[in-house]
This record gives sequence, C-alpha cells and structure tokens, in this order.
Amino acid sequence: MLAKRIIPCLDIKDGQTVKGTNFVNLRQAGDPVELGKIYSRQGADELVYLDITASHEGRKTFTELVRRIAAEINIPFTVGGGIGELKDVDRLLNAGADKVSVNSSAIRNPQLIDDIAKHFGSQVCVVAIDARQTVQGWKCYLNGGRLETDRYLMEWAHEVNDRGAGEILFTSMDHDGVKNGYANEALAELGDLLTIPVIASGGAGRKEHFLDAFRLGKADAALAASVFHFGEIPIPELKAYLYGEGINVRQTI
Amino acid sequence: MQVAIIKYNAGNIFSVDYALKRLGVEPLVTSDKEILRKADRIIFPGVGEAETTMNHLRKNGLDTFIKELKQPVLGICLGMQLMCRRSEEGDTDCLGIFDAEVKRFRPRRHADKVPHMGWNTLTETGTPLFDGFKGGEFVYFVHSYYVPLNEYTAAVTDYIHPFSAALHKDNFYATQFHPEKSGSVGERILTNFLNL
Repeated sequence: MLAKRIIPCLDIKDGQTVKGTNFVNLRQAGDPVELGKIYSRQGADELVYLDITASHEGRKTFTELVRRIAAEINIPFTVGGGIGELKDVDRLLNAGADKVSVNSSAIRNPQLIDDIAKHFGSQVCVVAIDARQTVQGWKCYLNGGRLETDRYLMEWAHEVNDRGAGEILFTSMDHDGVKNGYANEALAELGDLLTIPVIASGGAGRKEHFLDAFRLGKADAALAASVFHFGEIPIPELKAYLYGEGINVRQTI
Repeated sequence: MQVAIIKYNAGNIFSVDYALKRLGVEPLVTSDKEILRKADRIIFPGVGEAETTMNHLRKNGLDTFIKELKQPVLGICLGMQLMCRRSEEGDTDCLGIFDAEVKRFRPRRHADKVPHMGWNTLTETGTPLFDGFKGGEFVYFVHSYYVPLNEYTAAVTDYIHPFSAALHKDNFYATQFHPEKSGSVGERILTNFLNL
C-alpha cells in the first residue's frame, strides 16, 4: 500500500535555511544540505526546498545548492521559488531536482502548468497554493501571501488538476505558523474534488495534527518546517506514533 | 569495476550518477557503444515517454545494441518498461527482452491516483538484487504505466492491483521504482547489483 508521506520544508535565503512565522520574522535553522541529510536519515519521505531570495545572484546560489543537494541526498526533493518560465524548470531539473513547485507564476500564467507537464511530465509539476478564508470563501494569494487574487481555492485547484499538475501543495495562511493543526475541512474537500495527490501545509504543532491531516483531511502527504527544524517533533517518533494509530507510513529505523 | 550509464534523451541520469558516486563508484555516462560494451555493469535509466524514447534509441542503433549486451544490465523505471515487448504508451514496440506488455494504470476508485507516486513496499523479492531483503521494504515509485505479473517478475508491489516492481532474466535486471531515490534500501539494491 502506498505510504502517507512526511515532508520537511526548508525555506532558503542566501543559501541558508530560515523559517518564518506567518510568513514574516525569519529565524536561522541551519545548513540546507546537512539538514536534508539528517531528515533523510531520520525517515523523511521527501524534502521541499523553497528559495525565498528574490535577487538574480540569489538564484545562482540556489541552483548551486540544488546541485549539492542532488549529490548528497538519497530521497526525492522538490524545489520552488521564483520559477517563472520553462527555462527555470529546465535549469533546476538539470541541477538534479526531482520536482519543481510553482505558485504565483502559475496563477499569473496558468499555461505554465500545461507546459511543464507536457515538456517534463506531470510528476515533476507541483502547484503550490496559498489560501486564506475570507467572507467570500477560500481565496488564493500571491507573492508569499502578500497579494489577494480573485481566484477561489477550489476552482483554482480544479483547474490546476485539469491542466496536468502532478500534485497540489495547499498552505492555509490562516493556519501557517500558528501550530494549531492543519486546515482539515478544506483539505478533505480538495481530496474529494481532485484526482491528484494533495500535500497539507501550514499548522503542524503536535503529532496529533499530522494524524488529523491524514484522517480528517484525507491528505496524501503532510509538510511542516519549524517543528522539525527546532526538534520539537522528531520524525522517527512522529512516524512511530502514526504507525501505531494505523496510518501507513514508511518505517526506516 | 567500470560502471556505465547509457546516455540518451531521458531525464534522471544525474540522479543515478550521483547515487553511484555516493557508493564510491565513478560511472561513465556515455552513448559510445565501444565504451559501453567494455563496461562491467550497465545501467539503463529513464524518465520520459515510451514512443519518443524508443524512436531515439532506434535512430542511434541502441535498440539492438542493448538487447545483445552480455554483462549485467539494470533498467530503471522507463528503462524497465522499454525492456519489455510492447507498451500501451503511444502503442510502442519496445526491446522485447522481457516478453511482457506494459499497461496503463486504470483507477478503480477515487483514491486510486495516477501516477502511482511515492513510497510503496516490495514483496516476493526473488533475485540477487534483493539479497538480504525480508519483504516489506519501502522503495520510491513514480509511474503511470506498469508491467503485469509475468514469469520474469522478481518483486511484487500492490497499487490498484499487484504488478511487477522488478524483473529478471539472465543478465538483465530491471526495477520499476527508483533505487537511486529510495534511501538506504535503494543503496542496498544498487550495491547488490554491483556485487552480482
């Protein structure tokens, strides 16, 4: 049976891992390659590296980093941040990434999803969606959550699915950094709506939150950052707990 | 020992190269038949689409060349599918090393998502590739097409229904999953292949 995945996410700025709370207040959390190796040994199923540097110089540093990650990490990893066109995808896949994650650029130019799927295969195309509950329902946001769009979460997720994305990474901005659990109702709705896997993101604070994301939220994978970076939830302990609760997770130790 | 990776228009070649380097092996990545012929071990990787890739192999004379190799050969993912007789993907005639037909996964219920992507378990592991395995080991898959169970099946995985996670016939070995991305379990499989 296909295992539910646990995915640590590393935000990268100038070649270093950082993690914010509610998308601001960045704190240092270690060397990305070393951290990735530790997670891989602890039983992480995949890794996500998000480049939050904006400059051209930062992009070059990140591509170099992707090359080092590919050389040293023996599990799949996704990279994202600043991917605007096919040649960015090509550059990152050539550096050794297994998948790329697109977000703002896909909302601005949805055709990018079709193009990535056609050129490189659906399996490399992860579409990240940042959304927040408003009086009108779940709305999508751009630029790391700074800009509200006129897109609704379910409608956009459905379009992303139809355009050939391989996975959806859904971050609830209301839950992100608050450590009070994932947006399980919205997750379950996505799970019922879509034919591609959904990665839950935003809100992990305790082991029970992961269980809820899988059980109530029907997620295929759960992503988290600070609870792993600061050792609040060791991955082996998390997996043992989930396994004990009847969730099919990959046991490595 | 000289290990060679067949270079052609498929992705995923870096990952295999890196994985071997982590095991202390410096593989040659080449499409040069003379170099390939002399290698002790050959890896035939692949991520991509069957029809385009087969056309590319035929154009470069690699189709007959691969079939005639005598040293241990390991096909990975699309590499394994191309070693079969025929693929439903683009209705493509393939190399025919394994007399089996590659089929597309057809979901039976909503939860059956295609591609089959992620970590799944191996059972009935029955070749030297899996020496030291007890069954139940997790490996990493990404694929939409599969090889049904057949006389060359060397490991079984269940997704929607049981299918061939690995094949073996004479000097030809193949895995549907990616040993180069399968953590320490994958490293054991690559090491076993090098030690054949």
